[in-house]
Amino acid sequence: MKSIIQATVAILVASALLLYGVSVLEKSSATTGGGSITVYNWGEYIDPELVQQFEDETNINVVYETFDSNEAMMTKIEQGGTSYDVAMPSEYAIEKMKENDLLIPIDSEKIPNLTNIDPYFLDLPFDPGNEYSIPYFWGTVGIAYNPTLLEGQTFESWDDLWDPTLKQEVILVDSAREVIGMGLNSLGYSLNSTDVSELREATDKLKTLGPNTKAIIGDEIVEMMRREEAAVALTWSGQAADMMWINENIDYSVPEEGSNLWFDNMVIPKTSSNVEGAHAFINFMLDAEVAAQNADYVGYSTPNQAAIEIMDPEVTGDERFYPPEELRERLEVYENLGLEMLGIYNELFLEFKMDMEN
Amino acid sequence: MNSKGARSFYLIPYYIWIALFVIAPIALVVYYSFFDLQGNLTLENYQNFFSSVYLRLTLSSFWYAFLVTFFSILIAYPTAYWLTKTKHKQLWLLLIIIPSWINLLLKTYAFIGIFGLYGPANKFLAAIGLGEQQILFTDFSFIFVSVYIFIPFMILPIFNSLDKLNPALMDASRDLGASSWMTFRKVIFPLTINGVKSGVQAVFIPALSLFVITRLIAGNKVITLGTAIEQQFLVTQNWGMGSTIAVFLILFMIIIMMLTGQREKGGSANGKTK
Repeated sequence: MKSIIQATVAILVASALLLYGVSVLEKSSATTGGGSITVYNWGEYIDPELVQQFEDETNINVVYETFDSNEAMMTKIEQGGTSYDVAMPSEYAIEKMKENDLLIPIDSEKIPNLTNIDPYFLDLPFDPGNEYSIPYFWGTVGIAYNPTLLEGQTFESWDDLWDPTLKQEVILVDSAREVIGMGLNSLGYSLNSTDVSELREATDKLKTLGPNTKAIIGDEIVEMMRREEAAVALTWSGQAADMMWINENIDYSVPEEGSNLWFDNMVIPKTSSNVEGAHAFINFMLDAEVAAQNADYVGYSTPNQAAIEIMDPEVTGDERFYPPEELRERLEVYENLGLEMLGIYNELFLEFKMDMEN
Repeated sequence: MNSKGARSFYLIPYYIWIALFVIAPIALVVYYSFFDLQGNLTLENYQNFFSSVYLRLTLSSFWYAFLVTFFSILIAYPTAYWLTKTKHKQLWLLLIIIPSWINLLLKTYAFIGIFGLYGPANKFLAAIGLGEQQILFTDFSFIFVSVYIFIPFMILPIFNSLDKLNPALMDASRDLGASSWMTFRKVIFPLTINGVKSGVQAVFIPALSLFVITRLIAGNKVITLGTAIEQQFLVTQNWGMGSTIAVFLILFMIIIMMLTGQREKGGSANGKTK
């Protein structure tokens, strides 16, 4: 009995000391006023130096957290708990967050750098007048491939993925809308299809991709392609850019049947406890120099015209990553299909994973 | 102090814990399973479970969990037996337990490197003349890594029951003319079956709902009930369906607990009663 009491006291004392240590550390990092903001972003989606620079310039302490899908992000924001001040959802997620009243309107007067943004990316259908969102990055879904591991195959069409010489070489991204959408596109259907027979046809076609499918994974795709473990991957343009950064052999193409064009945007969720700080952060990210440095680091395409002007023209002139407007016309933006439809997409995706032919 | 009163007084924290963290969550899961996306009371989720991919998913989860458990026993039993015969039992046991303190995700990521096309496993295969093989993203790698992760939980209970075994019983068996195989089959194994049962509980049940390893090591070519539950909650936000799958998972767990439950029949053979 005595030793139990002794152990309990020891644990309590240790906990109290740790608690004191934490509070001291927190004080020293947030003493200089300005408070703190919590930024909720995709993984590897910001240059960490810029976060540091923002903290130095504004004395606002940044707590940085990451998510790996729009849905996971929305679920966490809906549940509350953490007071996220800035988040970076994609367009269809913004539609949904607006519907569910999860966003705080953005005061454009507090964002003078908004004039840096290319007007093409403003006032888009998912958020007319940019009432709730400011463009962050944009990009496409396509095929990253490594010609040195292939025998001259190219990827002008989605059907090229079904090439029998690509046995166990194709990695798919673990996301229902991207994969089912690819199946739909390869059949010439819209990737926003809500027609159950079209979806069934797409799933049945995808199942025949089984022999070529090496794996269905998330961010690990980048590492796999860099290390030449796989030759072909269905992925986002920025992930492809990440791969090319390390492995120059890799190339990227958007098949001609069409694909997904997406926009990620900065928003202020309802959970925000420092709306001023959130505006300051958004404005900071739109600064030409900052946006250029961030685009160089992240590898996705920036909507910031002022940044493009000071970036390396070799990068911004690359049509694989900055497709001209007429090419963008072929691409489709995801629509918010509603939870019911999302459920069907996911069940079909699950079925595809289970029934892949080997 | 009245000893009976004192005992129930000390049990209060336990009851609060059980109510808050065992009964309440299960009740919530069951409650949510009766609602559809629109929040209407319905049995649709249960219907859906029996009429779609989920039933086949359950079967495949069971199959893989069975394989993982089977290979765990196959390796754990001889290991535990050998451990009881070694000089520095506690040291060896510690060496087996230590890896289970390392974060599951870290161990899993390590295997991505080890099993990769250019990893040590393939270097070895190439060196012995088998050439490079695709190891990662196969059933083999999935079973291997899962067994690696779960095996301490199989070894420990088996080791404990073997260690408690009275050596006199084996001498007696031999004196009466039994071969060592017969001694094992008729004496050692039946007396340590409870250890094996606890091991099965500790391995089979979590193996049913693995989802990190299925993605990272099996590349989602193996999917379990855990994958489906995660997707329903985080992606489709269909809490009703997610809860329904969870309800079935809980039912399966209860069934397995009952099947592997330890019934006390008279005094136990090693002379100690629990």
